[in-house]
Amino acid sequence: MTAPVTLSLAVNGAVHEVTVPPRKLLSDVLREDLGLTGTHVGCEHGVCGACTILIDGQPARACLTFAVQMEGHDLTTIEAVSEGDRLSPLQQALHQVHGLQCGFCTPGIIMTVTAYLRDHPDPDEVEIRDLLSGNLCRCTGYQNIVKAVIRAAAEIRARAPA
Amino acid sequence: MLNMRLAQPEHLIDLNDLIELDRVIDHGEWVEVGALTRHHRVATAPEIRQGVPLLADAAATIGHYAIRQRGTLGGSLVQADPAAQLPLVAVTLGADVMVRSRRGRRTVAAAEFLRAIMSVDLAGDELVTGVCFPRQPDGERWAFDLFSRRHGDFAIVAVALTLQLDDAGAIVALRLGVGGVGPVPMRLTAVEQRAVGLVPDGDTILDLARNAAAAITPEDDPLVPAKYRRDLVETLTARALRRVTADWPEVTT
Ligand SMILES: Cc1cc2nc3c(=O)[nH]c(=O)nc-3n(C[C@H](O)[C@H](O)[C@H](O)COP(=O)(O)OP(=O)(O)OC[C@H]3O[C@@H](n4cnc5c(N)ncnc54)[C@H](O)[C@@H]3O)c2cc1C
Ligand code: FES
Ligand code: FES
Repeated sequence: MTAPVTLSLAVNGAVHEVTVPPRKLLSDVLREDLGLTGTHVGCEHGVCGACTILIDGQPARACLTFAVQMEGHDLTTIEAVSEGDRLSPLQQALHQVHGLQCGFCTPGIIMTVTAYLRDHPDPDEVEIRDLLSGNLCRCTGYQNIVKAVIRAAAEIRARAPA
Repeated sequence: MLNMRLAQPEHLIDLNDLIELDRVIDHGEWVEVGALTRHHRVATAPEIRQGVPLLADAAATIGHYAIRQRGTLGGSLVQADPAAQLPLVAVTLGADVMVRSRRGRRTVAAAEFLRAIMSVDLAGDELVTGVCFPRQPDGERWAFDLFSRRHGDFAIVAVALTLQLDDAGAIVALRLGVGGVGPVPMRLTAVEQRAVGLVPDGDTILDLARNAAAAITPEDDPLVPAKYRRDLVETLTARALRRVTADWPEVTT
């Protein structure tokens, strides 16, 4: 079965119809068919983390998933993280403490960490470094990413209703 | 498998939506874990943390956070990577793999299910539905340890062990499994038997670890010489034994 199939994908709260070959990766469909190029593609082996998105709220590699598998699932990409022009606390923190240089790894890091902080609001540094091991960054040396995550976590906790 | 171009199937069936196979059931003597249970759930489910803590600890070391959200118990067992954590724990604890097809159901011991590198006892029309892990006895200690070049990579060598001591501190039962040293994970039964009756002090631990290293016959490969794997088995076994004896919380507090 290699003929293109039509499927509907729920991405960032909107439903899109696409007609794609069944063997086309979710990462490629997001970028090429939906124009959501914020999801980056590095290794296509699940290793680098650049393509990380949320499937039903949990971080997952878009490069290890076929788009046809995603009917009936809820997808979130980097494009939905900020509210309009207002950066999310993590985006703001990465900006403030220089947690990115070229920015290639950044979308994957934001998706992974955003989901993690939702479930683990007060991580220690060891935990953060363990978490970040799933996302390769060739520029920053990670120090400022770790700082940004600590800062964002504090900001999110401060904002949460007591 | 597809991603690495190791498999080029004509048909591909997506099991991810069989959510009824994403489950953990405590049967008392056994804890049943469904084939679609993600590594993250295996690492965190209270039934597993309490009943089969070796399994939970091992699952927590797989890959990275995002990888653990998607990888499944069934997928890991059927993929049968020689260094994978979950097949190693299944062999060490003597778990049973539950298999089902239109022809019926059958149960296979994990050690027989895993046949060779990335090859398992499964026919084309069969599905793994879950794995039954025997509950670890009360008072049993356990340790899981591995070495990999980068955090989150597949292990070069992994060690899983459980230990029971009597009131005098002598070993009643040791289970010692190693992964990454042959085509499939294995128990080092000769070392397990040698251990019974010994008091695991520093010298005994070193002796058992050396015996573990001598019990395996890894092959040289271009990246990892056989001697290096043997040294890793010795180091990891000694470290794991220390963790369940001198460093075990109940003993030191
Ligand atoms: C970056 C990265 C790092 C990783 N690190 C580790 C690691 O450190 N340790 C480790 O153990 N693993 C590691 N993995 C492997 C990962 O955790 C998964 O276990 C593995 O990729 C299998 O994925 P899956 O469960 O989605 O199964 P799939 O990839 O969907 O399937 C694997 C095989 O099993 C078959 N299969 C799957 N489910 C069933 C079933 N229920 N019945 C019958 N056949 C079935 C499939 O047909 C296929 O042949 C890593 C993976 C990546 C991408
Ligand atoms: S492109 Fe998906 S993990 Fe690297
Ligand atoms: S900022 Fe360049 S790869 Fe991370």
